[in-house]
Amino acid sequence: MFGLGILSGLLIVPLAGAAFILTLNGDEESVKRNARWAALATTIITFLLSLVAWGRYDATSSSFQLVESHAWLTDTIRFKLGVDGFSMPLILLTTFLMPFCIGASWHAIETRVKEYFVAFLVLETTMIGVFQALDLVLFYLFFEAGLIPMFLIIGIWGGKRRIYASFKFFLYTLLGSVLMLLAIMAMYWHAGTTDIPTLLQTRFPAQMQTWLWLAFFASFAVKMPMWPVHTWLPDAHVEAPTAGSVILAGILLKMGGYGFIRVSLPMFPDASHLFAPLVFALSVIAIIFTSLIAMMQTDIKKLIAYSSVAHMGFVTLGLFTMNEQGIQGALFLMISHGIVSGALFLCVGVVYDRMHTREIAAYGGLVKRMPLYAVAMMVFTMANVGLPGTSGFVGEFLAMTGAFKANPTVAFFSVFGIILSAAYALWLYARVIYGKLEKPSLQGILDLDNREKLIIAPLVALTIYYGVHPAPILDTFAPSTEALMTSIRTALSNTQTAAAALPIAR
Amino acid sequence: MTAAHSVLPTLAPLLPELILSVGVLVLILYGAFRGERSVEGVNVGALLLLVLAFFVVVTQPAGMKVTTLSGAFISDAFSRVMKGLVLLGSAATILLSRDYFQRERIDRFEFPVLILLCTIGMMVMASANDLIALYLGLELQSLAAYVIAAFHRDDLKSTEAGLKYFVLGALSSGMLLYGASLVYGFTGTVSFPGIVSALHGDPGFGIVLGIVFVAAGVAFKMSAVPFHMWTPDVYEGSPTPVTAFFASAPKMAAVAMTVRLFIGAFPDVTAIWQQIIIFIAIASMALGSFAAIGQRNIKRLMAYSSIGNIGYALIGLAAGSEEGVRGVVIYMIIYLAMTLGAFAVILSLRRRNEMFETIDDLSGLSRTHPVLAFCLAAMMFSLAGIPPLAGFFAKFYVFAAAIKAGLVALAVIGVVTSVVGAYYYLRIVKVMYFDEARAPYEAMAPGLRIVLAISSVVVILFWLLPAPLVGAAGAAAKSLF
Repeated sequence: MFGLGILSGLLIVPLAGAAFILTLNGDEESVKRNARWAALATTIITFLLSLVAWGRYDATSSSFQLVESHAWLTDTIRFKLGVDGFSMPLILLTTFLMPFCIGASWHAIETRVKEYFVAFLVLETTMIGVFQALDLVLFYLFFEAGLIPMFLIIGIWGGKRRIYASFKFFLYTLLGSVLMLLAIMAMYWHAGTTDIPTLLQTRFPAQMQTWLWLAFFASFAVKMPMWPVHTWLPDAHVEAPTAGSVILAGILLKMGGYGFIRVSLPMFPDASHLFAPLVFALSVIAIIFTSLIAMMQTDIKKLIAYSSVAHMGFVTLGLFTMNEQGIQGALFLMISHGIVSGALFLCVGVVYDRMHTREIAAYGGLVKRMPLYAVAMMVFTMANVGLPGTSGFVGEFLAMTGAFKANPTVAFFSVFGIILSAAYALWLYARVIYGKLEKPSLQGILDLDNREKLIIAPLVALTIYYGVHPAPILDTFAPSTEALMTSIRTALSNTQTAAAALPIAR
Repeated sequence: MTAAHSVLPTLAPLLPELILSVGVLVLILYGAFRGERSVEGVNVGALLLLVLAFFVVVTQPAGMKVTTLSGAFISDAFSRVMKGLVLLGSAATILLSRDYFQRERIDRFEFPVLILLCTIGMMVMASANDLIALYLGLELQSLAAYVIAAFHRDDLKSTEAGLKYFVLGALSSGMLLYGASLVYGFTGTVSFPGIVSALHGDPGFGIVLGIVFVAAGVAFKMSAVPFHMWTPDVYEGSPTPVTAFFASAPKMAAVAMTVRLFIGAFPDVTAIWQQIIIFIAIASMALGSFAAIGQRNIKRLMAYSSIGNIGYALIGLAAGSEEGVRGVVIYMIIYLAMTLGAFAVILSLRRRNEMFETIDDLSGLSRTHPVLAFCLAAMMFSLAGIPPLAGFFAKFYVFAAAIKAGLVALAVIGVVTSVVGAYYYLRIVKVMYFDEARAPYEAMAPGLRIVLAISSVVVILFWLLPAPLVGAAGAAAKSLF
């Protein structure tokens, strides 16, 4: 239609939904109701459309598919979209999580409902855009554009310290990203284009790679977030409304990992090899240190936020092992964490909507009144710990296998992360769900209603399904991972040959 | 060959200026005879003249590059684009000013006339091909500007603004003239191509001194640091439509003049002026970002914002390349839209006969005036350089040029200050969207609506169709090299 392909459709549908919601008029109640249903319909249509794209996608190929390219800034900076094994699962994750976010906001958001759903739909477009962009400038455009709706979501519908959190989120991420922008420009002048497939074939000089890698690292490390630039995340998570936290943990954090796998590893293999020890060190610190911090939290959301940072440590660890197991594990962990942490935040949202507090101390003994809730929470807690049989296990196990192959010491330390995560997650579960139901305020608390069951049941099913049968996701990643490994190996062996040849040349 | 022997110079390239010059004389006569009753007519007449001149400018044959008046005046793609921007800025000012002046009861026919005179000066600045023409254009522009700064003559702040602007402006004109005389003394010519052929190898200290003084003069006109001191006071004191004017059209002309002067007259001694421009750019960006943080008055804030923006635009000039000039032109196009849009919103903050101009007055604007708040938020995110809004592309092109020219440190400082600057732009969004609502303001005047609608469309939808503006800027830059 109009020369646009299905990937453009994925960008346009949410925007069209947002535009439709903006035009809603009438009395307050009907506007609210219509906005909710319109947003839900839009996100479901987007999800179905992404399934159609998935149907047309050939998972056995490592090349970019469904590519479309439109004239844009210049002949060499084009509006180019496409998907491969790395991006397709992340797009599906995005479109899959969005209806849940809309559902979670159904009754939780009562003020400025129209604007809220508009912001969410615009955010969806930018997130899908990040994973689809096959041009670095376009990638940057979507990467940054997402800040605007998220800033508004945290700032308008957030908690008490929402303004502080929204500014911190925005400025932190912006500062990291602008350096990436300069690196993109440098790549443009070197390669003459910002077309990602072309850049993947371009070999940048080693010296230049170092600088470019650092500039991109500044952006992706903040977005991941990696220790020590993770401090925006707990604030943003705690203050954001439930659906905002779900999107933050589920999708926005994955952009950093996606950036590493899309840009840093394949385009700057020498620099990635050079800096791998640094990434390992930061990852291990993140895994152990933030797990310890998580243990001491009194706020449920903050605890989950810190546990996200620790899990992202496993992702960066796995990515920079630069072997199949590590990368596959990291990618799987990104998907699994997207589902599990999103689900955990939804669960927190369920009790928050009832009690309007996230203090751990305010709860206890919920299992007596909310048995279904206790079961769901149990599944997600176990997945967060990485219990075999849940999706959390597969990713962490593979990532650590890869790490062991690359550097046994690092693998040794990262194992502590598993133990610590069991400690904080189980302790949280024990304090909130078990114990005596003593608090008078909790006496009348109700179990999941139908809407909440509808939201949480599919996530429980997926968590267990992918724990038992991870092959569909891993197989999708596999061809692209293989292609990446081949290109990294060739690049590194070229460099080594060149280095070995140097003394002779002298 | 006939033209060379003819008594009259070739006048075709001057057509837009001639239209305005004749038109403004007619309007003065009309105003003088009809008195106060002529205000409406003079305003409409001025607007029509500006629109007519705009169409003449944009329909001049593309690729034409002619000089006339013995080489003092040049018309090329660069001058056409910059004149187009100047004319748009002036036309927008007239649209913005009507309602304001009527309510303030200072609605006189002299205002559009002065705007037109100022516009003629600015167009000459954009087309000046020797130092004399440059100075003439500059003075015509400046003298008209001093008067309109003090247009609210019963208002203490406005008269103070006019006086301040005049005293400091006269000083800077003197510096420019002194620098120009040094350049003339050491090269023996005032024409830009003549200067180019006279300067070879080591130009000597006299030329360096001349360039420094000229740079000081033009920096004042652009309100670049360290010659920016007048800007916040004049912006705050002048009637708001006049502030909108100062922030838009004269900036275009000053930047056009600066670019043509350095690229046209001193292309072979880049090393001398490049370091001056780099310093001015860094200082302007830094001051624009940091000093704006503490401001409570929106007009003062916009003054610091304009200082910072000039710094970013100058990054393109510092690169000294065709890409750099293209970046400058794109930056100015987008900056014009952002500034005019922001001022259209500021001018709408009116309740009965009271204007509001502090940041707190924007509190909760998203509740009372959602469309207005949305547009201003778009302007602010755009000024902060967040994609996909136009301001991002403005910064993209100048920074890309700087990276290509190897000015990595300058680019890094630039992006870091832009993050600092983002803080105060975000603060305005915060006040509008996160804070509690106040009493609603009156409905917008039609002129304001038109300006706001056009600039919002440019700012928000630029990313969908960037090619025409980027292409025009590219052609403009090409004509200088």
